[in-house]
Amino acid sequence: MPIFVKRLLAALVIVLLLIAMNQYMSEAGLFGFGVPPYYARVIMLAGINIILAVSLNLITGFTGQFSIGHAGFMAVGAYSSAYLTVFYAQAWERSLAGVVGATLAHALIFLLAILVGAIVAALAGLIVGIPSLRLRGDYLAIVTLGFAEIIRIVILNIDKVGGATGFTVPAYTNFLWVGAFAVITIVVVYNIVHSDVGRALVSIREDELAAEAMGINTTRYKVLAFVISSALAGMAGVLFGHYTSFLSTNDFQFIRSFEIIIMIVLGGMGSLTGSVLGAVVITIMPELLRRLPGDFSRYRLVVYSALLILIMLTRPQGLLGTREFGLSWLKRARRRSEGDKPAGSGGVPIAEQGPPSAIDSEERA
Amino acid sequence: MDTFVQQLINGLTVGAIYALIALGYTMVYGILRLINFAHGDIYMVGAFIGYFMAFPLGFATGPSLLGLSVVLIGSMIAAALVGMAIERFAYRPIRKYARMTTLITAIGVSLLIENLFVVWFGAAPRAFPQLLREQSYTLFGNAAISKSQILIFAVSVALMLLLQWVIFKTKVGTAMRAVSFNLNSAKLMGINTDFIISFTFALGSALAAAAGVLTAQYNPQIDPLMGIITGLKAFVAAVLGGIGNVPGAVLGGLLIGIAETFVVGYGQNVGIPTTFRDAVAFAILILVLLFRPTGLLGSTVQEKV
Amino acid sequence: MKRILLSLGLIASLLFAFACERKGGPGAGGNSGPIVVGYYGDLTGRTSNFGQSTKNGVEMAADEINKAGGINGRQITILSEDDEGRPEKAATVVTKLIDQDRVIALLGEVASGNTLAAAPKAQAAKVPMISPSSTNPAVTQVGDYISRVCFIDPFQGDVMAKFAANTLKAKKAAIMLDFNSPYSRGLTEFFEASFKKLGGEIVDKQSYTQGDRDYKGQLTAIRSKNPDVIYVPGYYGEVGVIAKQAKQLDIKAPMLGGDGWDSTQLWDLGGDALNGDYISNHYSVDDPSPAIQKFVTDYKARYGNVPDALAALGYDAMKVLADAIKRAGTTEEPQLKDAIAATKNFAGVTGTISLDKDRNAVKPAVVLKLQDHKYTYVETIYPEGMTPPAAVPATSPAAAAPASPAAATKKPAASPAAAKVSP
Repeated sequence: MPIFVKRLLAALVIVLLLIAMNQYMSEAGLFGFGVPPYYARVIMLAGINIILAVSLNLITGFTGQFSIGHAGFMAVGAYSSAYLTVFYAQAWERSLAGVVGATLAHALIFLLAILVGAIVAALAGLIVGIPSLRLRGDYLAIVTLGFAEIIRIVILNIDKVGGATGFTVPAYTNFLWVGAFAVITIVVVYNIVHSDVGRALVSIREDELAAEAMGINTTRYKVLAFVISSALAGMAGVLFGHYTSFLSTNDFQFIRSFEIIIMIVLGGMGSLTGSVLGAVVITIMPELLRRLPGDFSRYRLVVYSALLILIMLTRPQGLLGTREFGLSWLKRARRRSEGDKPAGSGGVPIAEQGPPSAIDSEERA
Repeated sequence: MDTFVQQLINGLTVGAIYALIALGYTMVYGILRLINFAHGDIYMVGAFIGYFMAFPLGFATGPSLLGLSVVLIGSMIAAALVGMAIERFAYRPIRKYARMTTLITAIGVSLLIENLFVVWFGAAPRAFPQLLREQSYTLFGNAAISKSQILIFAVSVALMLLLQWVIFKTKVGTAMRAVSFNLNSAKLMGINTDFIISFTFALGSALAAAAGVLTAQYNPQIDPLMGIITGLKAFVAAVLGGIGNVPGAVLGGLLIGIAETFVVGYGQNVGIPTTFRDAVAFAILILVLLFRPTGLLGSTVQEKV
Repeated sequence: MKRILLSLGLIASLLFAFACERKGGPGAGGNSGPIVVGYYGDLTGRTSNFGQSTKNGVEMAADEINKAGGINGRQITILSEDDEGRPEKAATVVTKLIDQDRVIALLGEVASGNTLAAAPKAQAAKVPMISPSSTNPAVTQVGDYISRVCFIDPFQGDVMAKFAANTLKAKKAAIMLDFNSPYSRGLTEFFEASFKKLGGEIVDKQSYTQGDRDYKGQLTAIRSKNPDVIYVPGYYGEVGVIAKQAKQLDIKAPMLGGDGWDSTQLWDLGGDALNGDYISNHYSVDDPSPAIQKFVTDYKARYGNVPDALAALGYDAMKVLADAIKRAGTTEEPQLKDAIAATKNFAGVTGTISLDKDRNAVKPAVVLKLQDHKYTYVETIYPEGMTPPAAVPATSPAAAAPASPAAATKKPAASPAAAKVSP
């Protein structure tokens, strides 16, 4: 079977699966079976967090650029798209519905909102990416954190989008959107990482000077990684805003940026599946801890932070390290079908690369 | 004019507190290349230790210089121990791992301290007992300086001079500088690096605790989450001055304190709404870093392959 | 391979623990068994002192009802969830309380932002929600299942503007607001509008955020404008210190505040610097009325401190809910919702509560003067259309609509301790 047919089939299966899942997650359920709304909500938030974690992993895990302002890009995406959907989109949707039908109009408008959110966030990423030309390591980290805080304070000052009270936006997101965009994000980042660009990014992470000496335009690649990553984060913001249907700057404080970093470090930096795992664990853990018995539930967040430290102490390289989970199987299948690619050039650039302390290669040596 | 002087005094007061905390960030960073996110919480812990010391020792009943010094020094010592314990149990085991891992651990420690204190003491603000008879002195016109502000200036200057002396005139200070220059070489030279790192944490934590007790005299409101924003701003101050650079931290702290106060006082005149005050620290930082990527006093390190 | 299996096992067990806990839920509507009421609030975050106070009030009210035999013979169970002060989590825990615990009604949140995030969930699931203290007008506009027992911002902002302009004869006011708090911004907005309408002038507007250490910068700026009064619609943690630092700067203008000031901690933080300031509140702890005194004493005995306004509102929210269940005779949600909306002249600790057609509480505000660690009663300000209880106790909720923020100032004939007001 030609490779594109296989890919087409895979895409079809994923789409069908998503549609089935979407039905299963909805109020009505699939054949009478449904997920309780509480679980559905946690799954949705986990899905959005997967997008955030995977996108951050592109800058931090693969390019080695320390960013702790992801919540800022998310906020930019969420608020800019919400501005569109609240003030303009309803009218557009009505007029569009006459042409293509209500369902399609609804989807198209939301797609537009996602696009707008992603583009505005990408622009913000470009603005933050420019200082990254000159700044290294922790300096860049604090600048990204600063940008995120500035974005939050600017939003607080705009009464049109709710200021401190919050901004009620229409609910568009359902599982289909989140699932589809989570898959798209993973595929996009996977393809970037396994392309020439990805190898350039990893080389920047491993040794920026050496990469430059090898003729890699490090500036260009770093900014590129930033822009892509923030566009994806903005997209996650759009999905988040139109899922919770309420935006408040309190949801975009720096603690959220920290949470996203925690997800990728916990899962293992430089591992896509690790990011997915980390996002799921970090979303579910605080909810699970609500089940601590009786008065002990007061210690929920104490236990949460203690667990975090404990995991870091016992598995400093994260749950998966730089390994990918499940990809070896895919790789084998691919090698069998293609049989021509030499191992190591295509499939395994990051997996078996040296010590876990990849980021740390600077001063320590 | 008197308003200007008044704002300058206000700004310097805030700045001195930022500077004291920033010193801890910068020293730890200089030695371990670790952003110790839990440092802001040490400042809070210091204030709480002072609070719980003042009551049983009977100093809470009225202002006394003895009470103030005992509480200040006591909380500095206790916070130093807390800082050393954090280093020993949370940071030392993973020191050899990636920077991100230690960073996450630091965030974890910070969350742990905050959440523990919220569970133990509640998030409601408490009133720190006044150990200093509050009084305002008029300088000229309308400009006044209060006793607690004088205290903050006096103690922070004294502590900074003391720190300068420790770093540059003592044996342990020399060792600290050696470790911060190159940890492995320092180890080869026979320096007990574990001890030096521990000592650095103790020093930084003591300064943060002093800042905690001092602010509590100026603003008696203490709560378990008071270290988050102040700590973040102090961290910004440290980076602004050039992280790893001790005078830089002081300079950065004072600059940010004054800038924030002046935005409040005069921002409206130049078109900056006062509500952007919290963004000012970050905006200055970004602007400065664009032109001086290693901060105001940070040395540019020539990278080598 | 081993570690992959290990992490797989970890995540599988996480998912398993998450999924298999699914119970039918103890509550569910109907007419028998315990009545399960959900409370959600910030119990661990930056505003957890408010969430905790409210929770205390709610639990105390529920215990009192249970000790007195419950409602129609059924006991009340309060299930509390922590939202960490984050809107996203507020919506999550409300979903949990509705979906997993099958609560028949919800109480919460304090912060309007969190209530606004959670209220649509309650509305969609048709579970009545009473907010004890979310003052933003938008909260009850979410839908007919959402109501509240506190003032709304327009009313309280208006009360203080009236008091400043009419009673204190102030011409120039400065405002110092908590920029991050919708409550503070709401009060500011309506104070400003009302004060200007009454011929006053806002000479300066400064802001701070919760957690600030220093307010002297703002206060120095305010001082240079020489206002007659300074409106500080914030919470006690900050305002106590603001008052203190204002006195250090020799600012003589009295400060005015809202119900957020009400706490014993205020005195520890502000001390004598608070003398001569005024606040608007729902009730006065010093009110000699037996109901209030009993509440204050019981609360003190139970929790060891004097209740603040949030505890009192939490207490009233639970009592209003209990009253509605009793009147509805059922915990079936639609009837319960109607019973809550029909609440009229309910004698609560925070005043006589009637819900208007927008399900906002209509009740008078009291202005208290702060002097020597005591709140002294100054005057009562009634919302437009509501007359002092001495005259006609019953007013139709429609007539009492405070949708227009105007309020009528009236001095009751026999006020307990009417202090002389001299600005």
